Amino acid sequence: MAEERRFLSASGVPIALRRRQHSASCRELAVRGPRLQLRSLSAATSAVWLAAYGLFALSESSMVLSAAIFLTLIGLIIYLHFVKIDQESLLVIGSLGIQVTSSYASGKESTTFIEMAQVKDVVINEAIHMQKVIYYLCILLQDPEDPQGVSEVVPLFQSSKPRLDCLIEVYKSCQEILEQRKTAPQSS
Amino acid sequence: MVLKVFFPSCCSSAESGILIGRWISEQNSAVILAVVHFPFIPVQVKQYLGEVQRMTKVTVSVLGSWSNSKQEKEESLSEFLEDLGTIFCHEPWIQISKEGDSKFWSCSILQKHSKNPQEEEIILVYYDQRKVMLSHLHPPLDTAGQRAEDASKLSAIFDTVARSQVLFMTDRYDEGPIKLTHWQSDGVEASIIVELLKQASVPACMLLTFLLSVVSGICRSRVLKFWPLSFLWSKLSTCEQLGHRLQHLQVISSNKKAQNQSQLMRKANIFVSLLIDVALGILLMSWLYRKNRIGHLADTLIPVADHVAEELQDLLQWLMGAPAGLKMNRALDQVLGRFFLYHIHLWISYIHLLSPFIEMILWYVGLSACLGLTVALCILSDIIALLTFHIYCFYVYGARLYCLKIYGLSSLWRLFRGKKWNVLRQRVDSCSYDLDQLFIGTLLFTILLFLLPTTALYYLVFTLLRLLVVIVQGLIHLLVDLIDSLPLYSLILRLCRSYRLAAGVKFRVLEQQDGKPLRLLMQINPLSYGGVVQTYRLPTYSCYPRDSWASLCKKLFLGELIYPWKHKGDKQN
Repeated sequence: MAEERRFLSASGVPIALRRRQHSASCRELAVRGPRLQLRSLSAATSAVWLAAYGLFALSESSMVLSAAIFLTLIGLIIYLHFVKIDQESLLVIGSLGIQVTSSYASGKESTTFIEMAQVKDVVINEAIHMQKVIYYLCILLQDPEDPQGVSEVVPLFQSSKPRLDCLIEVYKSCQEILEQRKTAPQSS
Repeated sequence: MVLKVFFPSCCSSAESGILIGRWISEQNSAVILAVVHFPFIPVQVKQYLGEVQRMTKVTVSVLGSWSNSKQEKEESLSEFLEDLGTIFCHEPWIQISKEGDSKFWSCSILQKHSKNPQEEEIILVYYDQRKVMLSHLHPPLDTAGQRAEDASKLSAIFDTVARSQVLFMTDRYDEGPIKLTHWQSDGVEASIIVELLKQASVPACMLLTFLLSVVSGICRSRVLKFWPLSFLWSKLSTCEQLGHRLQHLQVISSNKKAQNQSQLMRKANIFVSLLIDVALGILLMSWLYRKNRIGHLADTLIPVADHVAEELQDLLQWLMGAPAGLKMNRALDQVLGRFFLYHIHLWISYIHLLSPFIEMILWYVGLSACLGLTVALCILSDIIALLTFHIYCFYVYGARLYCLKIYGLSSLWRLFRGKKWNVLRQRVDSCSYDLDQLFIGTLLFTILLFLLPTTALYYLVFTLLRLLVVIVQGLIHLLVDLIDSLPLYSLILRLCRSYRLAAGVKFRVLEQQDGKPLRLLMQINPLSYGGVVQTYRLPTYSCYPRDSWASLCKKLFLGELIYPWKHKGDKQN
């Protein structure tokens, strides 16, 4: 069963949170940011081409125009493939682990899987960024030597930056599954 | 507690039978390796499993039953399958059944001695057996020193499948009492080319070892160890590069089989790197010798050297006048300028003496480019060093003069203030000087101080020229190092067979149906290209830079000679 709710990100753009429960111990939480707008794309392209045309009028060299076209294409490809993140999702499978996926606008997906034994907890942290205080969700990894210590902090939803209300929803869903591993008895 | 069943996707269409694999009780997970079909004799199955266990050291056992019925579920079959659970007693007994072409399988567990009789949730994870068997899991670099008990759960699964290779060697065409289904059961894969290469590699390795021992014997002979020659060899970077490549050849041609994955990858990387290097070198050589380009190169070499010398002469004339409006001490200026001009004159005559032989020397030296592109680049760097030898000489003269002046000035400045450097205690102490000592000291101090700008200017100019040459040589060496250390085989493997180098796994949730177990697909998450280069980099013989920026500036200011590129064999100062 899937449900979708709308929230706002830390910078004010609308984002959508989609929750799916696949089974009693498996949940998927996906935060989708706004898609690439045709308006901003055409604005950027026209600006670059107008500047190139202006340079061409000054220098009478057609290399400027072809360089501008080339740059625009390369820039667009790099932006879509490496910069613009469409959707960030969290797949929590109790007793297996947590999987964090970022999907880029070009279709590329970059995934990291963290095993349950390494996960200490999932918490909401505060951070001071310039003049703002922002909240972010992060996974605390267990230190193998020190049972009380934390070896690494993995921040989640870095590019969509949801606000506290959205983070609380995600936090509650995750904690429900993480609780199960504490209450479940060990295998016989 | 959740039970995880790792099912190979190749067995999805297998006929009914029993499941064999490994039960990992710490993780409550069952890794299924194959399906044994009916008819079978339980005793023979147990015997076969015992043999496999002995050979692979993996605790393979019968885990449950698998029924793939095209028609409706038969009651008698399910009872028969439950009875099997009593023959092969295993806790828990897993029963998986598939009806017709349905995607959703039903999975149930029989626990005879269970303490808590609650319903356990089952997760069915499909995995590609061939890819998991061939892949190598790379742990994150900072946790490389983990204890065995902390080994990640996934590496246990990868390990199980990889070590059970002998189980996958029987296919359906073998006449044996046991009929298995696994990824190779349709026919064992083999490649004729790979087998031929394996057979051919043994005599090739022996031949190569023999040739290498001859070559290294020659290199180590006493003839080449006399002082001028050994000094020359140590200064030429070509010899270092050739020695490095010789070492690589020795690694490849050794008879011992690679013990583990990293050694195998290292050998493969060295082999591919050598091959590409030699191929590029031969390409370069054919380009140079076509249309007699090397003759043209030799013809332009002398005019270029002449041009450089003329430019230097112009520079010295400018220094001897009033460079940049500064006023120099006339006498010292003339002395230094004439000294350096005479040097350039000697150098030009030397070059002109060599000019008839240059073409022949270059022709033969160019032939050695077939040993590799890196060797050709090192030769280029050495030629640059030889052609700019006079700049190096000037730099040394200027630096020594300036250094002497600075030390003299600092010592006399101390005398001016009535202090002395105590060598025993390595500190400055006060000292009472005689009047004539003070007089001469002050005189000398004044002379040196007023001659300082002239010497400093010459030093500055020649240091800049020397730094320019050093930067050019450094760039060439950087390129050589890049070609040397790039793990090409690993990168090509990552491009073409990305499942072989795994950074981890990723799960995809497949379609679900209520009441049926959760279905996941486990795929291999390949290592990033940056991770590949970092893990499999070949070690090189040089490291940059020797000095930090602060100590470099200090050395330049004091006039000490700088050698920016350190090689691994050099002694520390």
